[in-house]
Amino acid sequence: MENETTFEIQEKDGLLVHQGVIRVPYTWAAGEVASRFYAGLREKKVLGLRCPACKVVLVPPKKVCHRCFSDLTDWVEVGDEGVLQTFTVVHYSEPDLHPVEAPFAYGIIKLDGADTGMTHLIGEADIKGLKAGMRLKAVFRHQPQGNYLDIAYFKPIEEANHG
Amino acid sequence: MDKVAIIGVGQTRYERGNTKSFAELVYEVTRKALDDAGLELDNIDNVVTTTNDFYDGRTIACMAVAEASGSYGRDATNVEGDGTLSAFYGLMRTLSGVYDATIVTTHCKMSEGNPRKLFNQAFDPIYDRILGMDAISSSALQARAYMDRYGVTEEQCAMVSVKNHANARNNPYAHVALEITIDDVMKSPMLAEPIKRLDISPISDGACAIILATEERARKSAKKPVWVRGVAHCTDAYRLGERDLTYSAALETAAKKAYKMAGIRNPFKQIDVAEVYDAFSYMELMWYEGLGFCDRGKGGKLVESGKTQMGGELPVNPSGGVLSAHPVQVAGLARIAEAVLQLRGEAGGRQVPGAKTALAHGITGICGQTHCVWVLSNEEA
Repeated sequence: MENETTFEIQEKDGLLVHQGVIRVPYTWAAGEVASRFYAGLREKKVLGLRCPACKVVLVPPKKVCHRCFSDLTDWVEVGDEGVLQTFTVVHYSEPDLHPVEAPFAYGIIKLDGADTGMTHLIGEADIKGLKAGMRLKAVFRHQPQGNYLDIAYFKPIEEANHG
Repeated sequence: MDKVAIIGVGQTRYERGNTKSFAELVYEVTRKALDDAGLELDNIDNVVTTTNDFYDGRTIACMAVAEASGSYGRDATNVEGDGTLSAFYGLMRTLSGVYDATIVTTHCKMSEGNPRKLFNQAFDPIYDRILGMDAISSSALQARAYMDRYGVTEEQCAMVSVKNHANARNNPYAHVALEITIDDVMKSPMLAEPIKRLDISPISDGACAIILATEERARKSAKKPVWVRGVAHCTDAYRLGERDLTYSAALETAAKKAYKMAGIRNPFKQIDVAEVYDAFSYMELMWYEGLGFCDRGKGGKLVESGKTQMGGELPVNPSGGVLSAHPVQVAGLARIAEAVLQLRGEAGGRQVPGAKTALAHGITGICGQTHCVWVLSNEEA
C-alpha cells in the first residue's frame, strides 16, 4: 500500500491550479457489535440489539441507544423480510461509488421485528413500480465477506408468495 | 444571556471554480468584516475558523486559513461543521467575558474536490458507506418520506426553486440567479426521484466572516449593532433509518428553544424575514414546518400561498438561499450575514422593508441531522 500525492499544474485566468490525488490506506475496526452482526449474516440471520429501556430493536445494531444512552447487549434475531419505508430511483452514474449501474433504487427497509430502518439497495424489482409500504426480502450474498453487501439487496416479495 | 451583537459581516461573491487560494478567500472576507465594523485587527482578541479536512484536501486544514483570519498572537480555535455552529462557538466565547470581539470565518472550495465522493465519506465505513450514497440520493429518501406522508407535491417543491432562484437576481453575491417556471423545474433532468436538477443547490466556492462583540464593544461600533436575541442547536440520530424522516425533530427542538430565549410566541407573525438552509427545494418546505411557520405537512401550502415570497408576510430567502449558492460550511454563516444586512436596511434590491426581527438557520450532517437557529434583531431586548 502506498501513500500517494501526485501533482499536475494547470492554468486558469492566468493563475495556476495544482491538481493532485490523495490516496491514503486506512483500516476501521468493526468492533464487537458489527462483527457479530456480520457473523449472523454469514448464517443468513439478521441480528439486532434490543434496548432494555426503550424496548426498541435496532437493526443494524449499535453499541449505545441514541435515545436513552443504554449499553445494548440484548441480541435478537429479526426477520429477513420487511416493509419499504421510503425509496429513491437514482438516474445518474457514479461508477466509483455505486455498486450497481443506474438506474437503480435505494430504500429504507424496516425488517419484521425491528424498530429501525435499514438503508439498502433494491434489486430484482420493477423500479417503476416501487411503492412505500411494499414488502421486501433480503437476498444474501453467496459468499459472505463480512461487509454490508453480505445482504446483496432487498427484492420485492411476489404477491402470490404471501397471503 | 448577556447581550451580544453582530457588528460586522463580509462575504465574497459565490461562484464555481474560484481561482483564489483558501487564505486569499478568507483574507478578503476578514478584511471586509473588519472594515464593515470599523475595526482594526488590534480590536479582535479571538478567532474562530471553520474547516473540514476532507473538503479542503489537507489535515489540520484550519492552519491554511487561520493567519488570514487574524490568528497570529491571538486565541484561535476551529469548528468542523456549518458556519452557524462556528458562530455559536464564537458567541459562547464572547459570553465568557474573556473577549471583547470575536471574528468567525468560513470558506469553501468544494469545486476543487469531488462533492459526491466526499459526501459519501460521511456514511459509516463499517456499515452503509459501501452503498455509494451521497447528498442527492440520501436526501431523495427524505424527500420521498416527507412528500408521501403529507401529500406534498413535486410542483410545490418546484415553487421554492422558482422563488429562490428569482430572488437571487437581487443578490450580487449569489451564484445561480435564474428566471424559471415550475414547468422548467419539473422538466429538468431527474437525478434521484423525486429530486431533479433544478431542485438542487449548486457547487459553490466562497467565504464569509462575521464579527461578534460584547455589549460594551458593540455600543462603540461603526454600524448599528444587530443583537442576538435567541439561539439554539439540536442534533437528531445519525442514521436515516433511526429518524422519522417526515419531519425534523431536531429543528423543532432548536427552534422552540431559540424562540423561548427571544420571547417569540408566534414565529410567523413576529419574524419579518428568514434565511434558511435550502440545500434542496423540499428542505425549505420541511424547514418552514420545523421552524413553526406552519404545521407539519403544511409547507407546500405555505409556499403556494405566496406568503414566503418577497412582498409576502414572511419572505424566506430573499438572498436566493442555498439553492442559489451552496458553499458548504459557509452557507449557514451567509444566512446570518444576510439577516444582518436585512436588519440594518442594507440589503439593497433584496431588502424586506422595515425588517426588525430576522431568523437565520444552518444545518450539518446527512439530511439535516443537526440544526442551528438564530433569532436576530435590530431592537434591544
